[in-house]
Amino acid sequence: MYAQLVETGAKRLKTKEEMSPEEREFHEKVDAETKIEPKNWMPEGYRKTLVRQISQHAHSEVVGMLPEGNWVTRAPTLKRKLQLMAKIQDEAGHGLYLYSAMETLGADRDEEIEKLHQGKAKYSSIFNYPTLNWADMGAVGWLVDGAAIVNQVVLQRTSYGPYSRAMIRICKEESFHQRQGYQILLDMMREGTEEQKAMVQDAINRLWWPALMMFGPHDDESPNSQQSMAWKIKRKSNDELRQMFIDQTVPQLEFLGCTAPDPDLKWNEETGHYDFGEINWQEFYDVLKGNGPCNRERIKTRKNAIDEGAWVREAAVAYAEKQKQRAQAA
Amino acid sequence: MTQAEALKEYLLRLADSDMILGQRLCELCGKAPALEEEMALMNVALDLVGQARNWYEYAAELIDDGRDADKLAFRRDAHDYRNLLLTEQPNEDYAVTMGRQFFFDVYHYFTLKSLTESSDERIAGIAAKALKEATYHLRRSSEWVKRLGDGTEESHRRMQEAIDILWRFTGELITPDDTDRVMAEAGIGPDPDQLAKDWRGMVNEVLTQATLTPGAEDAWMYMGGKHGEHTEHLGFILAEMQFLQRAYPDATTW
Ligand SMILES: [Fe+2]
Ligand SMILES: [Fe+2]
Ligand SMILES: [Fe+2]
Repeated sequence: MYAQLVETGAKRLKTKEEMSPEEREFHEKVDAETKIEPKNWMPEGYRKTLVRQISQHAHSEVVGMLPEGNWVTRAPTLKRKLQLMAKIQDEAGHGLYLYSAMETLGADRDEEIEKLHQGKAKYSSIFNYPTLNWADMGAVGWLVDGAAIVNQVVLQRTSYGPYSRAMIRICKEESFHQRQGYQILLDMMREGTEEQKAMVQDAINRLWWPALMMFGPHDDESPNSQQSMAWKIKRKSNDELRQMFIDQTVPQLEFLGCTAPDPDLKWNEETGHYDFGEINWQEFYDVLKGNGPCNRERIKTRKNAIDEGAWVREAAVAYAEKQKQRAQAA
Repeated sequence: MTQAEALKEYLLRLADSDMILGQRLCELCGKAPALEEEMALMNVALDLVGQARNWYEYAAELIDDGRDADKLAFRRDAHDYRNLLLTEQPNEDYAVTMGRQFFFDVYHYFTLKSLTESSDERIAGIAAKALKEATYHLRRSSEWVKRLGDGTEESHRRMQEAIDILWRFTGELITPDDTDRVMAEAGIGPDPDQLAKDWRGMVNEVLTQATLTPGAEDAWMYMGGKHGEHTEHLGFILAEMQFLQRAYPDATTW
């Protein structure tokens, strides 16, 4: 998932007594794992939180095409080129699908995109890092799509029906991307030259920490998580998800024959989990605030695409209108 | 020219045009005027590069000098590339992108349609699958030419300009040379006269509906791509597309 810091507007959780009858009914449904559908009553905070989370996720899918677009013109073989093109096409589809889910909540796609272009909406910080060598296409698939899946598998059980269904559909494709990404790295490590192996390690060194940041701040630094969990929009805490990701990823890392840029990473016999070092939270908040390596370029590219395409969309609308009038006149 | 030589040459032309146009579309990743177009452009590009791979594989078998499809795509220089000049022209604005696509799609559609009945079974098989894709490409680009031509004043002006800019590259699509003629005579490739007639007919029909004016039939035409004489653009396209293969020539697996 690509939503790292979603504002819920809640300072603390309401008690049952403080709730209106319809709000109580809503909570009973959520507690009973009955999905909330667009036509159902929902608290305004719930609706707004979902719009923020789903739009962040959708923006991330779309902005996430850019670091891959950086290499799709330079793929090393026909097979890899075709795979990357298909992946990019999937991500555009995920964006469309998520914007539709968001619109069931009464939000408007163009308005939300406008917020993104004004720097008012967030998207996953990971896409503000550059892709500097071909192995990044493998590492992004493996680590970034991999981290997304850990979150999204859990989100398949999210309380809002359209979002949950979107996640089920999207997860299948993300798993495919992850396996494909890992295979790129594995092939380079097994059969590649020394230069290619160095590319793989370099990609992992650069993307490892940013991938861990995808899960958002520590639970105690994440004031909105509690409300999101009560609404069952979120189903597991940031730290739980990050740990799940680490635990599943480290054996894959070792299988590659690569290392993580974390001297504290080691198996803990007692907890049955991997211990790992502290994330550079200053960097995390810097990137989130717009001060990552590629924030400006990513937004500028997206904004230019939509701004410069305005005349194209206007023409399509004008033409459709003319066609309608012609059909009526005939 | 023997038939065997012409066939290799002809397959490279089919492959290279698909490849280079697919590459141009890849450049638009993240830059399309709407998210729906983002998907559609990548979809068309994916079809084209997929088709290129099929043609390269067949070409590699016939050339039989140890090069595979990847080597043909990524290790030949511009003078060995056989794509139509039209396909290497820059994306510019969406009118040029769509105009280029439309002119190519009309040519592609009628070529593939004829190739499904090729006396070469391998070609007929590849063409049958490719024709389904090209039919969709043509429907899409025709619609866009009409939308832009008959949309707003601005889109009309841009679309007409695009037609005017690109027109000089269209002659190459329908002007046969020896290779084309040998292929036609062998029943492998399309009849050049029929292809030219079909191309003109459909282009005129769509442009008329789009309230656009085609270029003159006797206009000067810029040709040479089919023989490896390209515009200045191709060198840069290949420099980017073949970067890894050139920078790491020892790498055999990616
Ligand atoms: Fe995702
Ligand atoms: Fe995705
Ligand atoms: Fe993905």
